[in-house]
Amino acid sequence: MFKKFINKLTLTSRVGSPWMVHLDCGSCNGCDIETWACLTPVYDMERFGIINVGNPKHADIFLVTGTVNHRNKHVLANVYNQMPAPRVVVSIGSCSNSGGIFRECYNVLGGADKIIPVDIYVPGCPPKPESIIDGALQAVKMFKNANS
Amino acid sequence: MSNLLLALTAVILAPFAGALISGIDRKFTAWFQGRVGPPIYQPFLDIIKLLGKECMAVNSRQRICVMVYLISAMTTVFLFFLGSDLLLIFFILTIGAVAFVLGAMSAPSPFSQIGAQRELIQVLTYEPLILLSFAGFFLVTGSFSVSYIQTWDQPLLFNLPLIYIALGFALTIKLRKSPFDISASHHGHQEIVKGSLTDYSGPQLAFVEIAHWYEIVFILAVFSLFWSTSLAGMAILLFLTYFAEIVIDNITARSTWRWMVAYVWPAGLGMIIINYVFILSI
Ligand code: SF4
Repeated sequence: MFKKFINKLTLTSRVGSPWMVHLDCGSCNGCDIETWACLTPVYDMERFGIINVGNPKHADIFLVTGTVNHRNKHVLANVYNQMPAPRVVVSIGSCSNSGGIFRECYNVLGGADKIIPVDIYVPGCPPKPESIIDGALQAVKMFKNANS
Repeated sequence: MSNLLLALTAVILAPFAGALISGIDRKFTAWFQGRVGPPIYQPFLDIIKLLGKECMAVNSRQRICVMVYLISAMTTVFLFFLGSDLLLIFFILTIGAVAFVLGAMSAPSPFSQIGAQRELIQVLTYEPLILLSFAGFFLVTGSFSVSYIQTWDQPLLFNLPLIYIALGFALTIKLRKSPFDISASHHGHQEIVKGSLTDYSGPQLAFVEIAHWYEIVFILAVFSLFWSTSLAGMAILLFLTYFAEIVIDNITARSTWRWMVAYVWPAGLGMIIINYVFILSI
């Protein structure tokens, strides 16, 4: 009974307080601007408890933008591995979802999911801040299903 | 006996009070910035989430340092509400501060290292101010004991106005609020990622945060000494003091450590000495 209560409390707090870290894998800056717009007073992601922490060790949500290439795939994996479980990954924009318009380039690997497991894909080039926030909140809901 | 009971209650309730205060702090900050902001109970969610996360301590020394920091923060609150000696409380405060610096230094990350160095300079800046302010209490009341100072028959603010301001400086540094948030940036400012807190994660970070809440309560308790004659006066003074902290946090940019030392020492020590002269001349 007590354990059940603690479990429920932990799950609720996870959903209520997701901290994000954002990695730009060489995007054209379009997606980054839109992502940062979510943090401004206009969209105010902090309403949902989302804080931008800039430190993978404190983060719960990993927002990836831009194309993944042979250079930055190590950085991507490194940042992901430094995040303590439970964690979710949100891929933002066509570039990060699939390589986007750059997918044919010789140095581009494709989407972020080639390197790390992606939970939510936010489509668009660039996506609107509303859909980024929606993606982040959808990702947060996944904590409810995670049992770790 | 009743003092012991009060102290134990304070130790149990202090984190809740501290969390609530930092929740209100965040709400006010959001209001200043024209945002809705997180709910007031947000810090509770944050801490429960952090406690439930995977434990990824960098090394065992870090764990010990976090525990020492937390226990010393708890002890300062306990001793204060027990009505103990201000000097003893000051020493325990210092042990906590040193443990925190050591914890940050135990990790090899450059962010953590720079944060630790800056934290050390911060400790160096505020320690003399706090100690000399406590000496100011002694000069007026003739005692370092909290329980004795609390029975003083008129508000100490009238005798110690400049020391109140100097202590305000010291405690802004202690709370790591702007313009003195140089060792651990918070929220959007990412110059040193998270400074001395960079390598803490999960439960460790939660313990640091809880220790910080104890510190908030302790700091407000120290300020309550300035108006210990009436409860209403104390509440108003504490509210105004903390509100001023939040406003200053919001309207100032981060300073450099050189500016901090070059500004806080002359200004703070100068005010304390003028206040000493004022006390001794009457
Ligand atoms: S998806 Fe479009 S806007 Fe986003 S990084 Fe790629 S090209 Fe730029």
